[in-house]
Parts: sequence; structure tokens; C-alpha cells
Amino acid sequence: MLSTLYLAITEALRSLAANKLRSFLTILGIVIGVAAVIALLALGRGAQKIITENIQGLGTNLILVGPGNPQRDPAAQLNIPPLKLADAYALQDPQAAPSLQYVVPLLRRSVRVRYGDKTYTTLVFAVTPEYRIVRNYNVIEGTFLTEEHLLNRASVAVIGPELAKILFGRDHDVVGTTIFIQGYPFRVIGVLEYKGAAGFGGTQDDRVVIPLTTAYARLFPEDRGKVDVIMASAVSPDRIDAAQEEIRQILRVRRRLRPGEEDDFTIFTQQEFLQIFQVITGVLTVFLGGIAAISLLVGGIGIMNIMLVSVTERTREIGLRKALGARKRDILIQFLVEAVTLSLVGGLLGILLGWGIARGVELVAARFDTTLPAVVDLQAILLATLFSAAVGIFFGFYPANRAANLEPVEALRYE
Amino acid sequence: MTTETPVIEVRDLEKVYRLGRNVEVPALQGVSFTIYPGEAVAIMGPSGSGKSTLMNILGCLDKPTRGEYYLDGQRVSDLSDDELAHIRNRKVGFVFQTFNLLPRMSALENVALPLRYAGVLRGARERAREALERVGLGDRLHHRPNELSGGQQQRVAIARAIINNPSIILADEPTGNLDSRTGREIMDLLLTLNREQGTTLIVVTHDPEVAHMMQRILHIRDGRLLREERTGTR
Ligand SMILES: Nc1ncnc2c1ncn2[C@@H]1O[C@H](COP(=O)(O)OP(=O)(O)OP(=O)(O)O)[C@@H](O)[C@H]1O
Ligand SMILES: [Mg+2]
Repeated sequence: MLSTLYLAITEALRSLAANKLRSFLTILGIVIGVAAVIALLALGRGAQKIITENIQGLGTNLILVGPGNPQRDPAAQLNIPPLKLADAYALQDPQAAPSLQYVVPLLRRSVRVRYGDKTYTTLVFAVTPEYRIVRNYNVIEGTFLTEEHLLNRASVAVIGPELAKILFGRDHDVVGTTIFIQGYPFRVIGVLEYKGAAGFGGTQDDRVVIPLTTAYARLFPEDRGKVDVIMASAVSPDRIDAAQEEIRQILRVRRRLRPGEEDDFTIFTQQEFLQIFQVITGVLTVFLGGIAAISLLVGGIGIMNIMLVSVTERTREIGLRKALGARKRDILIQFLVEAVTLSLVGGLLGILLGWGIARGVELVAARFDTTLPAVVDLQAILLATLFSAAVGIFFGFYPANRAANLEPVEALRYE
Repeated sequence: MTTETPVIEVRDLEKVYRLGRNVEVPALQGVSFTIYPGEAVAIMGPSGSGKSTLMNILGCLDKPTRGEYYLDGQRVSDLSDDELAHIRNRKVGFVFQTFNLLPRMSALENVALPLRYAGVLRGARERAREALERVGLGDRLHHRPNELSGGQQQRVAIARAIINNPSIILADEPTGNLDSRTGREIMDLLLTLNREQGTTLIVVTHDPEVAHMMQRILHIRDGRLLREERTGTR
């Protein structure tokens, strides 16, 4: 049985090779369809992986608060007051906000960092020590910021491992050195662990973290009392909704919003990020499924068409084979194997091409400092292979059956 | 030779071709004869007399409209499609006027083709090689049909016909596309197989000289058996 199949396959390959160009054009539809699906799927998976990691890397039970609200009407978007350090303090009140555990004010600015003759432009995050907890951060060397640093407005910095590599050429043995941020000396007290990519746009591992008080006192005195984002964490995952509501009420009062007026700030939870993202992926999947279905249908019709032509062309051959003792099922199998070989070769070429395209996009993205890995998983490959084989069987059956039912004499007489 | 079971027995065989709705072409109109194992029989007759029609029925490629056909004592009309395929594969070897070799395959592969449908896989190439050696083409195993002369192609076709050791060889004008010398060689080959293997040989021919190499000649005219002639050939 296996060797019969082997013979059938080699013969099918040979008869397809005899018409190389035609066979190639026939499978082109399947090749392109499968390639498109594989490539998009691979990049989709890659993006999904990155984004999910990112969102989860934000920390557990995380809640973000920022000024502005995209749902307010555009006229009301103007002149929205920034968040204040005092807002963060208000949220720390356990009576008013019992569902909140940690509250971290954050000021984020672009700065120039220098060590020796190396300078680098990156983001500085000016925060309080609880930042480490809500962001779920560890240091691979040294220590994180402490309350003492905050109180003393200490000129200390915790740097990301990538920044350490850029400045020192290594991500360890750097504690105790002095770097310059906007020209002010800071002592490096720790190196953060690797967290990986930050969305589409490079790494979050090249940042500097300093005490918020130091930032107000030395680097950005004009921003004193302002914060860009307030990060908070709920006491437990099931209290996230309650925490969100408490923040809302406190901030509405502090920002003097009238009842009925819309919020002029936005509260985001990790869950919401994930949900939005899942909706996007869901739409994308349906869309890809549609492309796949259409291209496979078109490809299948192409195969059926060419198989019908082939059966007509080879009527005499079929008659001869029957005269030599071929049964109906021998002929049926011969042509089915040919159709499936066509569609499978198309599917496999499509997988290779799609993978190549995804890799290409990955490399191009990397040149633009964007991490977009091509994730071609076994599941996608198996699915593509299976589907193209199914297309071959489905669209090959009618022509093959027609061949099998030819009358031997009439087929032999065919010119 | 009279008490033997006939290898072929046809009685009142009729074949009517239908052209369109009500045009009927009677190709065979009641043919009866008997052929015994090991015989060499020629079928002669003018063009359109029904010789090919008769051969196709004898080879189980076509079915008669009326009449009986017994092959090795078996009523052919009782057989299923698969059983007919089995007979074409094992009992009958066809040799066509136009050779009918598959152009993409080598001589060896063409000859081995019936073995595939017989389910023989192991040793198939070896057997095909032996068959080609028997027809004198041991040195042309890997040639494609278009790399062979007409006579050589017909030898390949004969090797293919005998690969499953059939009890009958049916040859419809096997020398029709060959010059007379090559034709003679092909006939000698077929008769040698007939003599040495005891394979029943039925040959359609327009050439009286070829016909007289057989033991019997069936003369067909207008779909009827006109007369049977016994030649002096043993
Ligand atoms: N498929 C067919 N449809 C209709 N008529 C047919 C068909 N095949 C053969 N005939 C007719 O049947 C008759 C016998 O044809 P057949 O081919 O058996 O003749 P033949 O004796 O082999 O002739 P030749 O010597 O030219 O090969 C002819 O009149 C032919 O026109
Ligand atoms: Mg004829």
C-alpha cells in the first residue's frame, strides 16, 4: 500500500514536472494565499507576543492614571490641567481609597546621559521607591531607590541594563560610578533587570530611574509638583474595579468637575489593555481566515480546471491503462494523488514564501529599531498543509472521478 | 484437441453502435466461433467489416450488444468492472497498431506498468527487464519511446503484453505501421511466443502472407463470419 502510494506520488510528480510552467501557474493561487496567511499570522503572533509580554511586564494589578480623556468632545480637550503630586498623595489616603495599595507619581522626561565620552539620549523616570513594586521590577545589581534617597533628594540613579551596556560596555560591575544626567552628576546605585521591548519602538531597558524629589530640585525645577502619570496597584485583582472607582471620585473632586461633566482624565487597567488587544487580534484572525478561505477556493478552482484539462489530454493514456488492467480506483487514485500533490506543493511553497516574507519584515523592522519577531508555529504550518491537501482532494475528486469512469474502448479511440 | 475447453467461445455475437438518437450502425451481426488454447488465428476482412470491434470485445474492453462470450469457460457478461480489469491485466495481452506506449516512461517502465495493476511491486523491474530481453531489446531498457524505431516500439509493446504471462495475445494490425521486413520480424516474434509458451495468438491483418503464417483464418465481412480457412501451417 505504501509503495503503491510512493509510485503514485513519483508518477504524479513526473507528470507535473512534464508541464512545469503550467503546474507552477496552477499552484500560484495556493502559494500566494498560503504565503499571505502564514506571513500575516506569523507577524500577528509576533506582535501579540510582544504586546502581551509588554502589558504583563507592566506589573500586576496595575492601574494607570493620565490627564485627558479621548471620549470628551474635542473642544473640552484644551486646557486640561496636569496631574499633581498632591493628587498622588490624596490617593494614598487609606480612608478615601481603601482598595489601593501603592500609589506612585511619575515624571517622565527626555534627557542626555553621559559617562566619559559617551552620551546617549533616553527617558528618565522620576519616581518614588514603590515604583519597583507596582512595576514588578528587580535589580540585577546594587539596590533600588529608597525612602531615604527620596527624603534627601539624593543624586542617585538606577539604570537599565541596556543603558549600562551603552555607557560602560557591560551590564554589571557599574555600581558606584558617576554618570551625568543633563550635566548633573548622579551616582549609579543599581542596574535594573531586563524587561525587553517597549511596544513598537525599541527597548525599555535603556532608561534611568531617579528619585522624584531630586528631579524637582535639580533637573526640572519648572515642573515642580507636576506629574505625568500616576501608577497605582489594587490590593488584590478582584478589587481593581473598586480601586478604579475610588480614584475617579477622588480626582473628580480634586479637579473640581461638576456632576454630569465627563472625566478630564483617563484610568487604564492592565485588564483593559489586554481586552482591547484581544478584540484587535480577534478581528485580525477573522480577516485572515477570510483571506485564507478565498485564496484556497480560488486556488482549488484553478487546480480543478487544470485537472479537467489534464484528464481530457490524457484520455488515451487512461484508456491504455485500463486496457492494461487498471481498475477504476487505480485511475481515481492516480489523478487524486496528482491533484493533492499540486495543492500540497503549493501549500509548502506558500509556507516557505510566507515565512520568508515574515522574516523579511522582521529584519526590516529591526533596521528601524522595532522588534517584530516572525513567529511561525507548528500549528500554522500543520493547518496550512492540511488545508491545501483538503483543497486538492476536494477539487481533484470530480476530475479524477471523470477519468476513472471513462470507458476503455472510447478512451483508447480518443484522438 | 477437441476435448479441450476452448479458451474463447463466442456465440451469435452482435454489436450495434448508436450514433445519435436513431442511427444505428451494426458492426457485428451474429458471429460465432471457438478458439482452443495454443492456437494461432488470423482475422481478415475489408476495412469496416468489424475486426477491431470483435477484438475489443474479445479483450474485454467493450461489451457486445447481444450474444455470448465465454473466456476460459467463464461468461464474460457476468463479470464486474473489477473482474474485467483483472482479466485484461492477467489473461489478455494487447498489441496495438499504434504501439500505445506512454511517452514519458522508459521502455522498462512501460513494460512494468501492468505489473503495478497486478499489485506486483517487488521484482517488477527485474521481470520487465527479462521480458524486454525476450523480445530482443535487452540493450534498450532506458530508452524513451521516441528514442526507438517503430519495430523496437512494437517489441516493447509485445514485452508489455506478455509480462503477466497471459493466456491470449490479441494483436490488432500489429504490423500495420511497420515496413514489411520489420513486420515480418514482429510476426516471427509473436509466433515464437505462441509456439514456445503456448500462448493463444489472435492477429488482425490485411496481409495474406501474414495470415498464412497462422493455423486458421477467420474471414469477416459486414460483421459476419464469411468463412473459416485452415492453412497448411501446423
Ligand atoms: N465508436 C463507434 N461508433 C460508431 N460506429 C463505429 C464505432 N466504431 C466502429 N464503428 C463502425 O463499426 C464498423 C466496424 O468498425 P471496425 O473498427 O470494427 O472495423 P475494422 O474491421 O477494424 O476496420 P479497419 O480494417 O479499417 O480497422 C464500421 O462501420 C465503423 O464505422
Ligand atoms: Mg480496425
